[in-house]
Amino acid sequence: MAKKLMKGSEAIGEAAVQAGCHLFFGYPITPQNEIPEYLSSRLPQVGGTFVQAESEVASINMLYGAAGAGERVMTSSSSPGISLMAEGISYCAGAKLPVVIVNIMRAGPGLGGILPAQADYFQATKGLAHGDFRVLVLAPWSIQEAADLVQDAFDLADYYRNPVMVVGDGLIGQMMEPVEFYEDRKPIKELPPKTWASTGWKRDRPKAIINSLFLDPAELEQHNFDLKKKYDLMERDEVRFATYGSVDSADVVIIAYGTVARVCLSAIEALEEDGIKVAMVRPITLWPYPYEAVREVAAKAKDILVVELSTGQMIEDVRLALQRPRPIHFHCRLGGMLVSPEEVIAKVKAIKAGESEAMHYA
Amino acid sequence: MQNDVIMAGFGGQGILLIGKMLAYAGMHEGKEVSWLPSYGPEMRGGTCNCTVVISDKPVGSPVIQSPGAILAMNLPSLEKFEADVRPGGFLLINTSLIKQKSERDDITVIDVPANKIAQDLGNPRGANMVALGAYVGATGAVSLEQVEAVVRETFAAKPSVIDVNLEVLHKGYDLGREHAAPTAEEAAS
Repeated sequence: MAKKLMKGSEAIGEAAVQAGCHLFFGYPITPQNEIPEYLSSRLPQVGGTFVQAESEVASINMLYGAAGAGERVMTSSSSPGISLMAEGISYCAGAKLPVVIVNIMRAGPGLGGILPAQADYFQATKGLAHGDFRVLVLAPWSIQEAADLVQDAFDLADYYRNPVMVVGDGLIGQMMEPVEFYEDRKPIKELPPKTWASTGWKRDRPKAIINSLFLDPAELEQHNFDLKKKYDLMERDEVRFATYGSVDSADVVIIAYGTVARVCLSAIEALEEDGIKVAMVRPITLWPYPYEAVREVAAKAKDILVVELSTGQMIEDVRLALQRPRPIHFHCRLGGMLVSPEEVIAKVKAIKAGESEAMHYA
Repeated sequence: MQNDVIMAGFGGQGILLIGKMLAYAGMHEGKEVSWLPSYGPEMRGGTCNCTVVISDKPVGSPVIQSPGAILAMNLPSLEKFEADVRPGGFLLINTSLIKQKSERDDITVIDVPANKIAQDLGNPRGANMVALGAYVGATGAVSLEQVEAVVRETFAAKPSVIDVNLEVLHKGYDLGREHAAPTAEEAAS
């Protein structure tokens, strides 16, 4: 298919359709309303169903039902809406259901604002809801990558029978860029038939029961161990990242994800012209986190700079990656304000000149 | 090579549309492009703007603090963005609606009476096309032919408006060309 100029939200919707998702349940919230808007007209064209549910809680439980019946299904929301879905996502994880959830993050806490932020890093990667579970978290930095990752998300969800979350900031939702969909796209995983799905029992196989309640502790313990095996496999096989710039001998290594990393890349190119060598590690999976990549590049860099649209949530993972106490420099904008290349350039120069105060962790 | 511009004006002036058309033209030329609208709470008739980046390599930051050009279609837009134009860049002012002069002397200021030109040519709603033409003429960010193709594509469902929009586009383009830096060929001759 030829390249098409698409808004991120529309590209995410189309990517879901291309991945064979014919069901969408959601509730409106800015800045991702163009995803449900697009799918409300697109899904009927492919024989699918779009439902504007009465709430986020209802939406995620509709996903539970549809995924339990073996269908590819997606919802999208923005930060406060994801909080409302949290309980249902935990149930999906407990019942081993493949669902895809898109979070176009806005600034918080509470209702916060509607402009871009990366305020939900902890929520997505560490504390989405109760219970001992993980979700795969994918963070695109362009509209093309958003389209690609949404399609991958459905394969990963089916393969692991686990919720997968795609997180973008408001720029990913609102920006237009050229996007290409590939007609001959193959699943990125070998996907067995969904024999576990509840599709109607004709006495020809064991009953398929979708459930997350295990009152027998021994049985639940085994279930938890089975889940852990899955999470271990994801940590081993699904880490994704990209590196840029002078990774072998950087004055400063930047760690950033999503659209912030693009801003940093613009800064890196300008800094290289000034003879300052900067590298960047861009996590594409926020969970599992690319600990090794960050450690390796940081080991060859004099200084470390984390840039985020949050008060420093990702720093915790950078510290885990480093494995030893090292000062970490940090730059952020909050509340829907955006980091500019000029700010990153100034910060890197300040670090070089010894004028940036680093955070020291014992 | 990268061309970036912030186009700004009232909601309803067709600012977002000409931004998209510019991005399309860039994409059709095989360049990397991004189009980013301002979004957020705005009152009816309030200001709106979009940032368009056209580049030979993948677009880094889609947010541009100091763009190479600003197109100000109304006074609030001029007041908001005038100081941001990169030194050596272009400031296009819709003098039909803006009487205030620019105080910058380190940039090329282009007076574009967009509404008047459109009105005189009998296409009062084509002021945005005049402005788009002037921007393309001044910067050469994309070729005129490519923009013409996008005009034909955009208005395919309403063929009757294609020629009138091309007419105002050309008028704006000629005005922009008067202020453009000479091309290599022109400089040589």
